[in-house]
Amino acid sequence: MIEFDRVTKRYANGKEALKDVSFLLPAGELTFLTGHSGAGKSTLLKLIMMIERPSTGTVQIDNQNLDHIGNSGIPFLRRKIGMVHQSHHLLFDRSVYDNVALPLIIAGFKPADIGRRVRAALDKVGLLDKEKLNPMMLSGGEQQRIGIARAVVNKPPLLLADEPTGNLDPALSAEIMDLFEDFARVGVSVLIATHDLSLIAQYQHRLLTLRDGHLITDREEVGIDA
Amino acid sequence: MRKPSGRNIGRNATPLKPAKPAPKPVKRRAGAQSAKTSLRDKLHSWQLHHRDSGKDALRRMRAAPTSNLMTILVIAIALALPAGLSVLLENVSALTKGWDGNAHLSVFLNDDVNEKQQRELAEQWGKKVAIVRTEVISRAQALEEYKLLSGFGDVLDALPDNPLPPLIIVYPQDTTPEALEVLQRELQKEPAVDVVQLDVEWVQRLHSMIELGTRIVSTLGIALAIAVVLVVVNTIRLAIESRREEIVVVKIVGGTDGFVRRPFLYTGFWIGLFGGITAVVLVNIALIWIDSPLDDLLALYNSDYSVAGFSAEAAFTLPIFAGLLGLTGAWVAVGRHLKDIEPQAF
Ligand SMILES: Nc1ncnc2c1ncn2[C@@H]1O[C@H](COP(=O)(O)OP(=O)(O)OP(=O)(O)O)[C@@H](O)[C@H]1O
Ligand SMILES: [Mg+2]
Repeated sequence: MIEFDRVTKRYANGKEALKDVSFLLPAGELTFLTGHSGAGKSTLLKLIMMIERPSTGTVQIDNQNLDHIGNSGIPFLRRKIGMVHQSHHLLFDRSVYDNVALPLIIAGFKPADIGRRVRAALDKVGLLDKEKLNPMMLSGGEQQRIGIARAVVNKPPLLLADEPTGNLDPALSAEIMDLFEDFARVGVSVLIATHDLSLIAQYQHRLLTLRDGHLITDREEVGIDA
Repeated sequence: MRKPSGRNIGRNATPLKPAKPAPKPVKRRAGAQSAKTSLRDKLHSWQLHHRDSGKDALRRMRAAPTSNLMTILVIAIALALPAGLSVLLENVSALTKGWDGNAHLSVFLNDDVNEKQQRELAEQWGKKVAIVRTEVISRAQALEEYKLLSGFGDVLDALPDNPLPPLIIVYPQDTTPEALEVLQRELQKEPAVDVVQLDVEWVQRLHSMIELGTRIVSTLGIALAIAVVLVVVNTIRLAIESRREEIVVVKIVGGTDGFVRRPFLYTGFWIGLFGGITAVVLVNIALIWIDSPLDDLLALYNSDYSVAGFSAEAAFTLPIFAGLLGLTGAWVAVGRHLKDIEPQAF
């Protein structure tokens, strides 16, 4: 699903945020991405989202070489990727329902489908009864779950999360993780960037660790070797 | 798949797997479903989005009525000024069109031309295409008129000879200054003609005043149209700024540039359109305001001319034109500022 081949990312200021990174994530798997602050986690996610382009090396998503996608193709790539942020980027000028419906409206779903899918997504994150509220009226954990509902509402094959549990207490973090596992179980590839080592330790998933832009461990491969 | 006990970093993962075996990931291509939307559905949803962006832009304008009304009024005034002036100019030129008919040439003949010859000449010229009709003023008539007008009757009676030359007044077909001059030159060549006086200066002056007025109004119109575009550029720039967060989110969830652009283009169009409609209303109010004093004034000149307002056509075109100006402004703003907003911060 995601393949990095000797990817280096150098920002305009000369900073090398990723250095010669290669890995392959198969479809339908949940993977953690960790590393110290500034290690390059967000940069890696930005390359997948095509918010940035690699300086050298190639990234492939869903067997598509991103080098071959022009600027006009970027929105269509992003429709295949659900993105969850720590600061969930919800829009406070509209209801929960409208927030979650946004990707469907953008992708041009029929109004009837939109209603059905939004409710299914809200149901999945347990917030069906909050659809008419403004997200401002919800707790941090609830807001995060709306962000997740929005990320998965058009059933993307790939789900990315950058510090999705950053502000949440352990119980809420566990809830969010359960959701991500559910998505992985139905075939969605999930990549979660996090500092939270205790969270990583609680789950049995592949782990990519970055240090200063280098990929230093890949837990699954280590496991196979051992 | 949550681990019951959690201190283990999972190299030895296998024994810790939960009792319920993790089902093999179902390789249902979740994304394929969205790709299935047919072209017709896409077209339909595109139409829907146009309608929604249009309505949404209106809703947002209603949500911030004061600032939007201000913008619309500024645009309306900027447009009403040249539009109103051009309506006035049209009235002036319509009003003075009849006056051109008075333009004529006074052809003074040599003193030795007698009255019979004078009449023959007048009749002969009257047949020319360029001349509508001629009027003969014999020396005797001229003297009578001059006596009446000048009050020098006694003095003139005392003169042994009639000092006034025979005169033919020529009313030309074409009253433009150029045509009059051509005709003047032609008549001047006739052997019997002493002097051709062109009573055209005031007509010329009027024509050039109207011409000048038209140019000033067009220049003003162009300058103010640019001002309207700039006002809209600024308004849309602010709108883009205030919706930065939304634009970022839309881009992250796969909104195309067109999708992001559309609501702003609609906003620009609406602002321009409403500005244009308001301008039409303003001009009409101004015309009603000056209509009755103007009628009184015209009545003094025995004119039954009544002031014409906007033609239905102009009242329709001006708002559309203003809408297009707004759209142009929005295009400029969107082109310059939307690029700057890319999802960056995570
Ligand atoms: N747009 C940018 N321009 C220049 N340098 C950047 C840019 N974005 C990130 N960097 C640098 O690249 C490095 C990696 O940044 P990145 O955001 O990927 O780290 P991270 O692992 O996500 O850190 P954190 O855990 O703090 O979020 C950092 O040193 C950062 O300063
Ligand atoms: Mg980061």
